[in-house]
Amino acid sequence: MSEDPVIELRGASKRFRSGSGGVHTAVRDLTMTVARGEFVAVVGPTGCGKSTTLSLVSGLEPPSDGEALVAGRPVDGIPDGIGYMFQNDAVLPWRSVLDNVAAGPRYRGEAKAAAREKARDWVARVGLGGFESYYPHQLSGGMRKRVALAQTLVNEPSILLMDEPFSALDVQTRALMQDELLRLWSGSNAAVIFVTHDLEEAIALADRVLVMTAGPATVKASFDVPLARPRDVEEIRLTAEFLEIYREIWESLKEEVEETRARGAGRVA
Amino acid sequence: MRGEPDVSPEASAVLAAPAPVRAPVSVASAVRRRRMKIWSIRLALVVLWLGSWEVSATYWIDPFFYSKPSSVWQRLVDWFSSGTSQGSIWEQMSVTLQEAAAGFVLGALAGVVLGILLGRSHLLSDICAPFIKAANAVPRIVLAALFVLWFGLGMSSKIATAFVLVFFAVFFNAFQGAREVDRNLVNNARILGASRFQVLTTIVVPSATSWILASLHSAFGFALIGAVVGEFTGADRGLGLLIDRSRSTFDSAGIYAGMIVITVIALLAEWLITALEKRLLKWRPPAASAEAQI
Ligand SMILES: Nc1ncnc2c1ncn2[C@@H]1O[C@H](COP(=O)(O)OP(=O)(O)O)[C@@H](O)[C@H]1O
Ligand SMILES: [Mg+2]
Repeated sequence: MSEDPVIELRGASKRFRSGSGGVHTAVRDLTMTVARGEFVAVVGPTGCGKSTTLSLVSGLEPPSDGEALVAGRPVDGIPDGIGYMFQNDAVLPWRSVLDNVAAGPRYRGEAKAAAREKARDWVARVGLGGFESYYPHQLSGGMRKRVALAQTLVNEPSILLMDEPFSALDVQTRALMQDELLRLWSGSNAAVIFVTHDLEEAIALADRVLVMTAGPATVKASFDVPLARPRDVEEIRLTAEFLEIYREIWESLKEEVEETRARGAGRVA
Repeated sequence: MRGEPDVSPEASAVLAAPAPVRAPVSVASAVRRRRMKIWSIRLALVVLWLGSWEVSATYWIDPFFYSKPSSVWQRLVDWFSSGTSQGSIWEQMSVTLQEAAAGFVLGALAGVVLGILLGRSHLLSDICAPFIKAANAVPRIVLAALFVLWFGLGMSSKIATAFVLVFFAVFFNAFQGAREVDRNLVNNARILGASRFQVLTTIVVPSATSWILASLHSAFGFALIGAVVGEFTGADRGLGLLIDRSRSTFDSAGIYAGMIVITVIALLAEWLITALEKRLLKWRPPAASAEAQI
C-alpha cells in the first residue's frame, strides 16, 4: 500500500495563536499515509486535533512545520479531487436540496441543466428522491447529512475527508448512513480519512484505524482491520473478530481518553 | 359538581368557558373573532382621537395653529380635485417619489457593494474605519444645504441628500452581514470548487441578504426624509416644497395634508419591500410565532 500514497503527512505540525496570547499546538509531528482506495479511520479523544489534521490535508490550513502531500505534490491551496464533509452542517439554507447538490458541478463550470441532472441522480442515490425541492430547514438531521453527502460525492472525489459526519445522528440513523456510505464508496476507489470519536464506527467502516494521542495530536498506533467486505455494520459489530479488534484498539485509545479526562478534571479543579 | 374539591362556581365557570373555543373545529372562528376585536378597537381609537381633536379645535384650542381633521380632509380633497398652489398634486408626488426612489436605489447599491467589500477585506476595513466613523458622525441632514449649492434647485440635490442618508443605513448592515458569514459555509464552497468570486456571489451575498433587507425597511423612510428635507431647503417642485409653502402661508391643514400623503407613500413602499423580502427569504423557516400561533 505504501508505495503509492495519495495522502501523506510528513512530520506535520499546526500551531494556533491561543486566546490568551500564547501558542497552542493542535497537531505535532504527525506522519501518516493513506493509499489509493484505502479507508482509514482516525480516532482520538475530543479536542486532540483530528479536525485540524483534516484541514491540513484539505489545504484549508497550511502546516506550521513539516509537509502535507496529496498525490505526491505539496498541498498549496485546495488540491484537486478533494471532498470534505465538515463536522458541522454546511448545506446552504437558502438553496433547495437539488441546488445544494448541484453546487459543486456549477462551481466547476458545468451548465445549469447538466449540473442539475447530475444532482438529481445523486439525490436519488443517497435516498432523497422526492425531496429535491425541499429547503434544509424542512429536513431532519439525518436527511441534511444525506444532502451533505450527495453534495460531496457528486464531484466524484478521489480523496474523501469526513469529520465526524454522523456523530449528531441517533443510533439507528447512524447505522443506516454508515451502510450507505460503504455502499457508495465501494468501487469508487477513493481514499478516505474518516474522523470519529466512536471506536465501533471506526472499526465497522475502515481498513485501518489510527489512534491519535491526547492533544497535541500525533499518531500513536495503527491497527489493520481485516474484516471482509462488503460489510453490514450492524451485523459485524456482533462478531467475535470485531470484538477482539475492538478490545485491542480500545486498550490503546483508553490511555489517551483517560489522559484527556485527567487534564479536563485538572482544568476544572 | 361531582365532588371536585374547592372550586367555586365562578371559578369553574371561568375555567369551563374557554373550552368550546379551544375545540379544533372552532379555531378558525376564534381567529376571526380575535381579528374582528382587534380591528374594532383600533377603529374606536382612531375615531376617539380624531373626534376629540375635532371637538377641541372647534370649542377650545385655536384651529389656526392646530387645524382640525375636517379641514385637513377638505385640503386633501381640494388638492386631489383641483390641484395645489404649486400645480397638480400628482406632479408633486411624482417628483418627490422619483427623488426618493433614485436616492434609495443608488444609496442601497453603493451601501451593499461597499459594505460587502469592506466586510470581506480586513485590510480595506482597517484602512477605511476612521473615515467611515467620521463621515457617519457628520450631521448628514445639513448636507442638504450644501447639495442645493452644488447641484441647484432641481432633483439631483435631493437625490444626493437621500443617497447619503440611505447609504449609511444600508452600509453598516451589509458590512455586518458580510462579516458574520459562517466560515463553515465558505470553506465548504471552496472545497466544492468555488472561486473567490463565486464564494462572494453564492455564499456571502445570500448570507448578508437578510441583514441588508432588514436595513432597507428603514432606508426607504430615510430616502423620503432626504428628498423632503432637500425640498425644504430649496426646490421648485415636490411635496416638501408644498409643505414649506403651507408653512409660510400659515396653512396648518396643508402641513398635515402633506404629512399624510408622505405617510401613505412610505407605507406603500414598506409593503413593497416586505413583499420583496418574503420572496427572497422564502427559504427561511417561518418564525415560530407565525407557525405556532393560531
Ligand atoms: N482556528 C483555530 N484557532 C485556535 N485554536 C484552534 C483552531 N482550530 C482548532 N484549535 C484548537 O486546536 C485543538 C484541536 O482542535 P480540533 O482539531 O478541532 O480537535 P478535534 O477535531 O480532535 O476535536 C483544540 O484545542 C482547539 O481549540
Ligand atoms: Mg473536530
